[in-house]
Amino acid sequence: MRTILFLIQKEFLQIRRNKQMLPIIFFVPIVQLLVLVFAANFEVKLVYVTLVDYDKSSSSRSLVDKFASTGRFKFVSDYNSEKLAFQEIDKNIAKMALIIPRGFERNISRSEFPEIQIILNAVDGAAAGIIQNYAAQIIYDYNKELVKSMRLIQTQPTISTITVKERYWYNPELNFKFYMVPGILVVLVTIIGMFLTSMNIVKEKEMGTIEQLNVTPIKKYQFITGKLVPFWIIAMFDLALGLFLGKVLFHIPIVGNIFLIFGLASIYLIVALSFALFVSTVTETQQQAMFISWFFVVIFILMSGLFTPIESMPHWAQIVTLFNPISHFIEIMRRVILKGAGFFDVLQQVWILTVYGMVMLILSVWRYRKVSS
Amino acid sequence: MISDKKVIKVENLTKRFGSFIAVNDISFEVGEGEIFGFLGANGAGKTTAIKMLTGLLLPSSGEATVAGFDAFRQSEKIKKNIGYMSQRFSLYEDLTIAENIRLYGGIYGLSNKHIKEQTNILLTKMKLIDYKNSLIASLPLGWRQKLAFAVAMFHDPKIVFLDEPTGGVDPITRRQFWDMIYEAVSEGKTIFVTTHYMDEAEYCDRVSIMVDGKIAAIDTPSKLKQQFNVKSINDVFVRLARPNMALNQ
Repeated sequence: MRTILFLIQKEFLQIRRNKQMLPIIFFVPIVQLLVLVFAANFEVKLVYVTLVDYDKSSSSRSLVDKFASTGRFKFVSDYNSEKLAFQEIDKNIAKMALIIPRGFERNISRSEFPEIQIILNAVDGAAAGIIQNYAAQIIYDYNKELVKSMRLIQTQPTISTITVKERYWYNPELNFKFYMVPGILVVLVTIIGMFLTSMNIVKEKEMGTIEQLNVTPIKKYQFITGKLVPFWIIAMFDLALGLFLGKVLFHIPIVGNIFLIFGLASIYLIVALSFALFVSTVTETQQQAMFISWFFVVIFILMSGLFTPIESMPHWAQIVTLFNPISHFIEIMRRVILKGAGFFDVLQQVWILTVYGMVMLILSVWRYRKVSS
Repeated sequence: MISDKKVIKVENLTKRFGSFIAVNDISFEVGEGEIFGFLGANGAGKTTAIKMLTGLLLPSSGEATVAGFDAFRQSEKIKKNIGYMSQRFSLYEDLTIAENIRLYGGIYGLSNKHIKEQTNILLTKMKLIDYKNSLIASLPLGWRQKLAFAVAMFHDPKIVFLDEPTGGVDPITRRQFWDMIYEAVSEGKTIFVTTHYMDEAEYCDRVSIMVDGKIAAIDTPSKLKQQFNVKSINDVFVRLARPNMALNQ
């Protein structure tokens, strides 16, 4: 135990003396949080639309007005032929083309089937889907008004329509930041913790200082613990800093128990950091360690459910994410912070992380060699 | 001072790296309290041999016991009884002198009080007390080497392995080094030292000369000179390492 304390003290002395280290620990998380939360945003604020109105009727005009009045759609051009409108999309000037065919109004008044066409630039499929959603909502409203006005004119028995009332639980205003901040906090502590840790042992190998340690009777578990604890403390500190900023700057509602958050974070960080220590024991240079860490961190982040829901991944990918510690901790953070989940609600994730952490810790102690062969 | 008790016993010790044989079937013994000089050209296998004896490298075959423990199976027990100074400087440059000593003292399980007292005594003796809180990075090479030696000795080991301790060090510091070595031996320690300064070989009780992974000669400096009928160990070395060159002279 005392040996471990001496090692931890030594790591902190070195961290304090390293001029690049303090900015990494204090400023990187702040910048990451601010930039990522604002940038990783799925909302589409303004859609440029090109219009082809063959009908030029009061009905088509009122539909266009309906689009424009939401403030989300801006009509940038108005053509008499589709060809010119398509060029606008080709040139990336417009994201969407709204085409109203001749006879639109006539079909409405005859109760036939009025049609319009929407063409979307779906290079970014997710954004196209969101725009389509907005458009469908507007057309739905327009339809409802039509039905209402029809009822006034017609004497036929009225058809009732179903109205849907949505309630968004846990995030009633669909505030995108609430959803992103917990996930980004996970990414942030992971990147800092994993990179600092994976570079550490390998740096001692490069400098040759590890030889002097290896020739002492230090136990392997003491060495690994002495390397893990300092970065575990730093990552926990960064998590606290991130949560504080999330609360103050983005008003994230922290519904769950704050002690539960830190308790589960402490388990997760053992997984992430012992993963990094394992990388550090199998590599010989900082370059190798950096490359391997990047490789795994990028895969873990992209498959974490941070940006794309895990449910929409193919089956094999969902199985792979079982081995992705980041995805489990994002799940925990979102549920505890936003839903107020308790320990037993996230028990499955806790189990997986605990077993994972033990395996990685044992692997890194086993793989660390005091005697080379 | 040299007792009959052998603290290092090596028999047919061999280390292969793939097809390359770095240490080829060497055998020797070192008595307690002896200064044993391990000589050889660069690449002769000295460092490989030292790493096997200090438990940093697993031997391929043969037998070796250090302080009564087996180098194959009990390397961690060996580590409790030895001090080691690497050929490559391996203290932390971003820590101060006192912090380095404290770290290693702590790892070897010395008490805080003992570490504190001994640090002051040691640094006063080495005339480095004024630099106690200086970063290693700011010290000249000779001081660093002296400090590395002090750290290797700090936990009072029975056997001290010194790999090229005086490499690149000025003559005065080299002289101080040997004073420190003699002092350690007077305390009953055994010194296993590699060097390529042949004048330093004369300070050793016994020397072995390694050529291409094998021990070409082993005896006291005076007997070796007698055997090869030359004036200095340097000449013995040249005879063994470069037989052709020696003949031409």
